[in-house]
Amino acid sequence: MKIHEYQAKNILNNHGVPVPQGEVVNTYSEAVEVAERLGGKVVVKAQVHAGGRGKAGGVKLVYSSNDAGEVCNSLLNSNLVTIQTGPDGVPVDKVLIEEIIDVQKELYVAFTIDGVKKNIVAIVSEFGGMEIEEVAQNNPDKVLTLEIDSSLGASPYKARKLANFLNIDAKLIRSAASVISSLYDVFVANDCSLVEINPLVITGDGRILAADAKITIDDDALFRHPDLFEFYDPAQEDPFEKQAAEFGISYVKLDGDIGCLVNGAGLAMATMDVTRSSGASPANFLDVGGGADESKVSEALKIILLDEKVKKIFINIFGGILKCDIVARGILDASRNIDREFPELVVRMLGTNFDEGREILMKSDLNISLVNDLREASDSLKSD
Amino acid sequence: MSIIVDRQTKLLVQGITGKEGSFHAKKCKGYGTNLVAGVVPGRAGEVFDESVPIFDSVQDAIDLTEANTSLIFVPPNLRADDAIIEAVDAGIKVVICVTEGVPVMDMVKVSNYIRDKDVILIGPNCPGVISPAPKVKVGIMPGDIHIPGNVGVVSRSGTLTYEAVWQLSKLGIGQSTCVGIGGDPVTGISFVDVLEMFQKDDETKAVVLIGEIGGNREQEAAEYIKTNFNKPVASLIVGQTAPKGKRMGHAGAIITGKDGLAEEKIRTLSSAGASIIPSIADIGEVVKEII
Repeated sequence: MKIHEYQAKNILNNHGVPVPQGEVVNTYSEAVEVAERLGGKVVVKAQVHAGGRGKAGGVKLVYSSNDAGEVCNSLLNSNLVTIQTGPDGVPVDKVLIEEIIDVQKELYVAFTIDGVKKNIVAIVSEFGGMEIEEVAQNNPDKVLTLEIDSSLGASPYKARKLANFLNIDAKLIRSAASVISSLYDVFVANDCSLVEINPLVITGDGRILAADAKITIDDDALFRHPDLFEFYDPAQEDPFEKQAAEFGISYVKLDGDIGCLVNGAGLAMATMDVTRSSGASPANFLDVGGGADESKVSEALKIILLDEKVKKIFINIFGGILKCDIVARGILDASRNIDREFPELVVRMLGTNFDEGREILMKSDLNISLVNDLREASDSLKSD
Repeated sequence: MSIIVDRQTKLLVQGITGKEGSFHAKKCKGYGTNLVAGVVPGRAGEVFDESVPIFDSVQDAIDLTEANTSLIFVPPNLRADDAIIEAVDAGIKVVICVTEGVPVMDMVKVSNYIRDKDVILIGPNCPGVISPAPKVKVGIMPGDIHIPGNVGVVSRSGTLTYEAVWQLSKLGIGQSTCVGIGGDPVTGISFVDVLEMFQKDDETKAVVLIGEIGGNREQEAAEYIKTNFNKPVASLIVGQTAPKGKRMGHAGAIITGKDGLAEEKIRTLSSAGASIIPSIADIGEVVKEII
């Protein structure tokens, strides 16, 4: 689960990591008031769950409190489109007004999980303020990755080693190491999958501040963090994805026009890929899950059809626990309960109760191509 | 021979009375697996499926039945991670955790705990392991699609593995052992661990490796294939059409960096000498060519 910058900074603050002075607002008058308190000259930052905010005009420097109000207003009434959002962008419901900081140096500090090392890793660089991948590519010797043993926690010597790598004034090493240790604590205490401070800023007067903060929480650990669940912002989610999640269906919207309904995440990805390699374009990722019943299949189809672009649906089921006749009944149920015209279906089913499922579909008056394998499916998708 | 599970396997199921646990325990037994015990705290003395004794703890089960392999269905909120540790501490040699949704931090701790211990941990969030020749199935895969043979299969995904096996069996190509290592960011054994076992297994003459977006375990596998593996490998990587930064079902299937991209994984595996399977439709055909 992604959380907003201002929420992440609250968490950091609670763990003793210094952040710029600021406040989150959602009206013109609040913006003016906060900007005035901070001296008029402030940064106004749109609060959205998408990177690439700065380049998209979501972060603005203003020179008076009235300008802060104006910028706040224009951001609040817009959807921000960044390189990480779809063409519709994401709504801006809150903006963060922050003091201007005197940046002397921008650093990078992050904690994440490394699946090969099976451990938490710290990643630091003296080249902050840009994509870390770019730095890793162009200046690999300027990126240090250290494994942290979770049973020992952030050891002070490792924090100092990371701080020392940042090429900062010797007087600042201790406080930098302390910030790094605190960030580790944030990571562990909140079951994070990512804590990324980019940039961590050294100011002209020698302070260290987290100027930006990105925190992602492990979805699978949310059950033991009811407090963090309050940070969930449904407005930032795709409405179709949100609806799917309510039914326990894993759905991701894409740009194409072939709806995909599959059981299993790996098979669902492979189904998208085979759709594209046939020359067509997938409209979504959808994993209906292993233990799906008739109504879940039906709901899945309804969600796929919320996307008006969808003109054909590719159903790829490897029946195990999920039986083919259940899928067939789910398809019929959806076709009876949908307002729009039911599109052509390409159905590839295999496994448990296959014959029964096939018979149900053959008897229906739906426009269905029943195919035997994925090559045939690919040909059917190609055909127009 | 086969790897990980064979005729020596004496299976116990942790969480055998739950909906999924009981369903799959019966299926494993029906396939031919020697199911010797179930473990459910507080249910000692009960009998599962007319012949399988249930115990309070893994240790009790081992003491009476000499179980050496465990299949775990304990849900995350009942501490699947602790069920793994209990099995390891009691001396189980092969622990297979099917549970989906185990917090990553728990798996980091488990991984550290078992690092120097003599145990094979598979999963979590995995379909398990099946060896068709000795008729041993420890997992949730449909047994009837498998036929005995010489191709090893290793994958991060369940249904995708079934698809691969189905295509192979249809062409008459049998399998030595099929291993699902799991779709989470941190899992027990990796592609490399499984490849090492396939390398030593005389029965396995070729391997199908099925990877997906996210993480860098396929790259690690590629490195191993290049330097240490001398059997033919066919590899399929799915998620070529997946957008960046979006979780595609599996907790581990999310592109957060360049290494996570399908094309990066394909490139490294290809340069390591693996035959790339261009699309899921071609698994059977490509494997036919390399064996």
